[in-house]
Amino acid sequence: MTTMIEVRGLTKSFVLHTQGGARIPVFADLDLDVAAGECVCLHGPSGTGKSTLLRSLYANYKPQAGHVRIAHGGGTVDLASAEPWQVLEVRRATIGYVSQFLRVIPRVPALDIVAEPAIACGTPAEAARTAARRLLERLNIPERLWTLAPATFSGGEQQRVNVARGFVHPYPILLLDEPTASLDAANRQVVVELIREAKARGTAIVGIFHDDEVRAAVADRLFDIRACTRSAA
Amino acid sequence: MTAPVRTAPTPLLRVSGLTKRFGPVTACRSISFDLHPGEVIGIVGESGSGKSTLLSCLSARQRPDAGTVEYATRSRGLVDVYALSEPERRLLARTEWGIVHQNPRDGLRMDVSAGGNVGERLMAVGDRHYGHIRAKAEDWLRKVELDLGRIDDLPRTFSGGMQQRLQIARNLVTGPRLVFMDEPTGGLDVSVQARLLDLLRGLVRELGVAAVVVTHDLAVVRLLADRLMVMWRGEVVESGLTDQVLDDPHHPYTQLLVSSVLQV
Amino acid sequence: MTSGIGAAEPMQTTRAAIGDSDPDGADRYNYAYLDEQTKRMIRRCLLKALAVPGYQVPFGSREMPLPYGWGTGGIQVTASIIGPDDVLKVIDQGADDTTNAVSIRRFFARVAAVETTEATAEATVIQTRHRIPEQPLREGQILVYQVPQPEPLRKLEPREGETRKMHAYAEYGLMHVRLYEDIARFGRIATTYSYPVMVNGRHVMSPTPIPKFDNPKMGGNPAVQLFGAGREKRIYAVPPYTDVRSLDFEDHPFAIQRWDECCALCGAGDSYLDEVILDDRGGRMFVCSDTDHCGTRRARGHTGRLGADAATAAAAKPRGAAR
Repeated sequence: MTTMIEVRGLTKSFVLHTQGGARIPVFADLDLDVAAGECVCLHGPSGTGKSTLLRSLYANYKPQAGHVRIAHGGGTVDLASAEPWQVLEVRRATIGYVSQFLRVIPRVPALDIVAEPAIACGTPAEAARTAARRLLERLNIPERLWTLAPATFSGGEQQRVNVARGFVHPYPILLLDEPTASLDAANRQVVVELIREAKARGTAIVGIFHDDEVRAAVADRLFDIRACTRSAA
Repeated sequence: MTAPVRTAPTPLLRVSGLTKRFGPVTACRSISFDLHPGEVIGIVGESGSGKSTLLSCLSARQRPDAGTVEYATRSRGLVDVYALSEPERRLLARTEWGIVHQNPRDGLRMDVSAGGNVGERLMAVGDRHYGHIRAKAEDWLRKVELDLGRIDDLPRTFSGGMQQRLQIARNLVTGPRLVFMDEPTGGLDVSVQARLLDLLRGLVRELGVAAVVVTHDLAVVRLLADRLMVMWRGEVVESGLTDQVLDDPHHPYTQLLVSSVLQV
Repeated sequence: MTSGIGAAEPMQTTRAAIGDSDPDGADRYNYAYLDEQTKRMIRRCLLKALAVPGYQVPFGSREMPLPYGWGTGGIQVTASIIGPDDVLKVIDQGADDTTNAVSIRRFFARVAAVETTEATAEATVIQTRHRIPEQPLREGQILVYQVPQPEPLRKLEPREGETRKMHAYAEYGLMHVRLYEDIARFGRIATTYSYPVMVNGRHVMSPTPIPKFDNPKMGGNPAVQLFGAGREKRIYAVPPYTDVRSLDFEDHPFAIQRWDECCALCGAGDSYLDEVILDDRGGRMFVCSDTDHCGTRRARGHTGRLGADAATAAAAKPRGAAR
């Protein structure tokens, strides 16, 4: 099986200069491999650095040491040392990221927010919108909301728009940060189906799932981050 | 389906070792960076950190004491902006560049109608057909969401937000490849800011124009900029992708800046 | 300003009176009022101006015995080029008989001892305010314009440093902005005087506040055209047979004014006309702005609608009634 993500010796800590230079170690010397079609669930109590690891995989956080090698366009890119333009390229074409909260852009309608990543990857605008409509429909977003900017949507609706945005383009890698946190059972089930379909396509998935049911339904294995946090301390 | 992989782009603007002093004060110290076509870079920092000086050095309005500013022209490739003759530099500024000033009065002709303001750059590059100039001016007023009924009104009768949008139209009408913006939302009230930002974001994406945006407003760079440079006392203390710098700031000043933003 | 000044008799009387009270006045001044060094300086500037048609040459403008705006620039240029053999004509908006024209003509008759005339054909030097004579000029004649504002870009760009750069680099897009504004506001280029021209394909120049009717006369003219701006301290020139084009748009080409009427006095259908109000009941007539042209035609027997009553009309004719 193809390895899509290869993490080696990843070390991350925060230094808080505004609070007397306090140093907060998160994890050290972390190794992780994720293969195509595999779903790895990051595991551990809250505060152990699951989100930090996920954000480091997206190059949102800059690690102190180590490598995050991503299979991208037939080669590999190490996000820990890549140029900004390379990181943007990897994000555009290879890694989809579903965060807990939707970053609302003023005046841009939900449908366009969802279609945008597909258009950025070269899907014709109309085809991208069709895909976006299908996803919003599956996620039970009422059609009358599609043309509105999601600033006024409820938390659950915003979360579903966010999920749709992550799944509109068939990214080879998906990072999911509690995608079902504020969803009801029916919508949770839709997300589970979406994840399964992505796995079947060969997408490598790393996720944080607090909901046991969802975790059981999608995760191939658990990755316990605590093994690496002890050595960081 | 996989998206085509893009290769390393050639820079549109290449800045190396740029230094500008005012007497004993060093406003910019040895600043280097590349800007690629279609990329938006934000420069943030407090007042007096040298960001506006840097912008005027980049946009050929103030010769640096040391270092070079190179720009990739359409015809000749990378050229040292300050090695060009003055008419060449002025031609560059009105064909390939745009400058959006913080104060619209610096960027607009207040005694010339909105349409004339937009049309000026077209006439400056040799357009001598009134109907064509007029049509383009209308098209651009529409793009920046100004009422076409105001096309013959003087900018001084416009609100601050409208003046700023007119300034943007005036700069973008000749299809520049690089736009310099100095506090584009400064002095506007919050609702107007949001509309302007959204408009700018859309235009920048749609036209693929590269931009250097100087601001002290982190929300502006979060929305507009791909990359960020944080200036402090004339130096770039931190740079990287916008979300990296804002979400995981390393330098003490950046951390202070990010943590100082009031939550609404 | 309605009566008397145009009549020959009072003018002669006045001149004689001044001459009598100050018989040696002219001798106390250098020939043509200005000292020789000043005239040399101005002639150098004139040569430079002729060498670079349309380029504004700065010069050390002197105080003259008349206020700014009354022709201090033109009078210094005339003083620098005039000689005892010259024949001087001075017109103000086409007329030889207005205060300004009369005063300047008298001034040079006194300080330069030149012959003066009202006949365009006889003059070797013609100083003008805001008109070009209707009769075509010939080689050897010099037309001296009085210039209030030499910078055609000034209204749009107040910075002198910036306008100089625009001329230097031939960045003339801004000039068209002015014409654009006209069309946007009035549906056509409504500028009727001071209509900007391109000289010799290089410099944009203000033709001074002549009506645009006269613009086509500037191009390819056999006479030398000199421009003096006293207050603004600039001299510029158009040498004989130089290309002078009025700026325009492809879809709004340059056009001169036309009238439905002919001159009421001489019947000319191709001259620049002034509108004259005759009474307070709506009566009006149009007459040639160029008094010499009109008079010459009438002397040759041409008559207009009111031409039979010419004497009355001439007396009632106010100047500057229309621009």
